Amino acid sequence: MARALSIFYAALLYGFIFLPVAVLVLFSFQGTLFPIPPFNGPSLRWYEAVLSDARLTSGLANSIGVALVSSALATLLGFLSAWGFARFHLPASALLRGLITLPLTVSYLIIGMGLLIFFNWIGLPKSLFAAGIGHVVINLPLCFAIIYSQMGAHQANIERAARDLGASEMKVLLLVTAPMLWPALFAAFFLSMTFSWDEFVISFLLTRFETTLPVEIWNMLRAGLNPKTNAVGALVFGVSIVLAIIFELVTFRKRPQ
Amino acid sequence: MTALVSIENISHSFGATRVLNDVSLAIPPDSYTVLLGPSGSGKTTLLSILGGFLTPSRGRVLIRGKDCTALAPAKRPTATVFQDYALFPHMSIGANVGFGLRMKGVARTERDARARAMLDVVGLGSAFDKKPHQLSGGQRQRVALARALLVEPAVLLLDEPLGALDLKLRRQMQDELKAIQKRVGTAFIHVTHDQEEAMALADLVVVMNQGRIEDQGPPERVYARPATRFTATFMGESTIVPGSVRSGMIETAIGSFPAPADATHLAIRPEHVTLGNGILAEVAEVVYQGSFKRVTAKANGIGILARLNPGISVAAGDKVHLAIDPAHVITLKD
Repeated sequence: MARALSIFYAALLYGFIFLPVAVLVLFSFQGTLFPIPPFNGPSLRWYEAVLSDARLTSGLANSIGVALVSSALATLLGFLSAWGFARFHLPASALLRGLITLPLTVSYLIIGMGLLIFFNWIGLPKSLFAAGIGHVVINLPLCFAIIYSQMGAHQANIERAARDLGASEMKVLLLVTAPMLWPALFAAFFLSMTFSWDEFVISFLLTRFETTLPVEIWNMLRAGLNPKTNAVGALVFGVSIVLAIIFELVTFRKRPQ
Repeated sequence: MTALVSIENISHSFGATRVLNDVSLAIPPDSYTVLLGPSGSGKTTLLSILGGFLTPSRGRVLIRGKDCTALAPAKRPTATVFQDYALFPHMSIGANVGFGLRMKGVARTERDARARAMLDVVGLGSAFDKKPHQLSGGQRQRVALARALLVEPAVLLLDEPLGALDLKLRRQMQDELKAIQKRVGTAFIHVTHDQEEAMALADLVVVMNQGRIEDQGPPERVYARPATRFTATFMGESTIVPGSVRSGMIETAIGSFPAPADATHLAIRPEHVTLGNGILAEVAEVVYQGSFKRVTAKANGIGILARLNPGISVAAGDKVHLAIDPAHVITLKD
């Protein structure tokens, strides 16, 4: 009896989390004009509509571009700052480390507004470039935290060994530190991709004519619900899932030492 | 004889703590030197200074007559074998061993050939294509040794190289280290807190305590005639007895022995105590150790340590007569 109750409870819990997504995906295959019961599919007509919509496809391309470039940059900067904090004695190191991870706790809205005001002030127009900078700002602390956690004393000794054998600082970084930390680097990169991919607020505030997919979807939603929004939502969800799976595989794969 | 490495008046502090206090030392070429001391004695700091990982607060390091005090590790003719081996986990064993030559711009075919040859020297010729995690602790140790030797350093520095191995493997690697050192002829400087390891390996043993050198010399001399009380207790076991000198003899609770005027203590090695015509003592403890019995016996309030033949039957509470060989009594001054 207790067991049946706990199974029922678990089913409710997972239903609560996944039912909205399941409904969204289901009605993306709707055959008629409205994403409401009864379901009369499956049909791929709305996916066709999405892929032939120039605004959505360019939004898709923009999102992928911004995610790739901003994540690469955030990972690189996160790696360098982690290396700096882990390997050198810096004044007020703990305070500076705290400051670098602080954006994790600040809402995206505040960060977006701050950047908007700042970019306005320095005369940088709203653009994908500006949104990309925003994504670096929100993902850098995360990349820093992931990579910093993997830089222990053992790694420091391995770098010391490389230096002892004649490696310059640049070669130590390229041939030893970075390859040794690649799981952390990949994890940081893919997690950044995931966050950048479905980030809305900052992109909304910092882009104008060319924009990312979440902002295009929002534009579409203002005209009302139709199965096309479901189809594009399902696509976004699918990509997020793939990124999350890659992240899990890289991070939690059993690896030697 | 000119020294290969000269350490001149080195002092070093970490913050307010002085870890090395005016240390001077000359290391002869082709020798196996062991820096021996308890933790906190400054031996590892001294090794780090030799390797270039630390710049001393004061003093100089000369290697082959050249001042290397402030030279970066990459630039000086030393190579270090780290306690945790510090192998590159993402590289094959061959690439690990060849890394130093790669940094010198040696072409791949040549460095692979030389790495293979060096792996043969340490008995791991077949491991060339493996990764570090596929090897055991002792094998990794050998890879670290081969990697450091391949850059042909003037001095090889070993930081507690056997510390992570179990006892049996440690004794075996110890013999191999000595054999390899004799074969390649490079000077080895080895840091350890294990006095048995030091005695087995060293041509020159340097006993350190609290940032100073207490004693240095061949292990036989340091063991038989330790210069200080600390050395006598750290290099092997002994019974230390205070006494005062009067007309060429030191008078102690367990008898009088010839001594110089400034002696304050006696040290007696347990193997120089036998049953026989001597001082009456009561056995306090007997520990059977296989090849001998380790016996503690009280005489006039002094616990005398003896290493007795395992065939002798003694038990706690027995009254025995202990003979101390006066020829081997060590006199110490403070």
